[in-house]
Amino acid sequence: MRRGPRKWCEMKSLHEFLTMGGYAIYVWPAYIIAAVVMIVNLMLPAGRLKRLKAEIRRRRSINP
Amino acid sequence: MDKHSWAWFHRFASPPYLYKVAGLLSPWFMWAAILLIAAGLYGGLWSSPPDYQQGDGFRIIYIHVPSAYLSMMCYSIVAIASAVGLIWRLKLAHAVAVAAAPLGASFTFLALITGSLWGKPMWGTFWVWDARLTSELILLFLYFGFIALNRAYEDRRSGDRAGAVLALVGVVNLPIIHYSVVWWNSLHQGSTKFFGNDAEIAASMLVPLLLMIFGFTCFFFACLLKRVQAEVLERERNAAWTAEVV
Repeated sequence: MRRGPRKWCEMKSLHEFLTMGGYAIYVWPAYIIAAVVMIVNLMLPAGRLKRLKAEIRRRRSINP
Repeated sequence: MDKHSWAWFHRFASPPYLYKVAGLLSPWFMWAAILLIAAGLYGGLWSSPPDYQQGDGFRIIYIHVPSAYLSMMCYSIVAIASAVGLIWRLKLAHAVAVAAAPLGASFTFLALITGSLWGKPMWGTFWVWDARLTSELILLFLYFGFIALNRAYEDRRSGDRAGAVLALVGVVNLPIIHYSVVWWNSLHQGSTKFFGNDAEIAASMLVPLLLMIFGFTCFFFACLLKRVQAEVLERERNAAWTAEVV
């Protein structure tokens, strides 16, 4: 990565954004896979906590 | 918990305290992560200009670099927690190591897969057995080994100790990953100088990249704290205090 033109808000078209200048088949899958992995990372511990709490509650109610 | 404890730090060795603090902090990290990543994505995908050599293909950098950084940062957490667990026989430290490992593995996977998707258009191949790529793959296997070894024993303490020893041995891989681009001829580019007058990266790329690195780090801690909560609760399920939190 070398010094590019120092422009902060270069106007670009939606088409340019979606096709990623021809790199869409590489850039978008990378972002989609990252999003999926991160969502799974969020859901797994939340689900596990929920199950554990339910299990502990159940055992407490049987044998308080 | 003794309210008059002079050593505040010792409280972190108390499962209910750690559980409570983790639960309080996690949402704050999550909100910070959402804001930082949203700003980073806007800057990275929309407002920054294409790279003069790589066009828009370079934009994979905004997830590749944060993932690769987290893969190594997380391994240091696993290793440090393992060392603390081994040396001071602190059960909660092992719980932290066990909670961190799957997260680290997921970010190592992300670093590898995004690197692969970046390598194809730039290098012409998804994969080469090059020092940087191979040592990062070994990192993934170290995480798998740690997780598997930890679960391989009937007795949790034996599993904790065995996994911790493996985690400590694997630390040798961290400097290898970091210096692989210096020590060996590699297709992978070397480290980029971020700051100073001779910085090798334009501010329009650096700012979104830093936002993404901090955003991913906050996301990582938000997830880690939730995982620590689950791990502590599972290990302490028979303790009286759990009645108050379920």
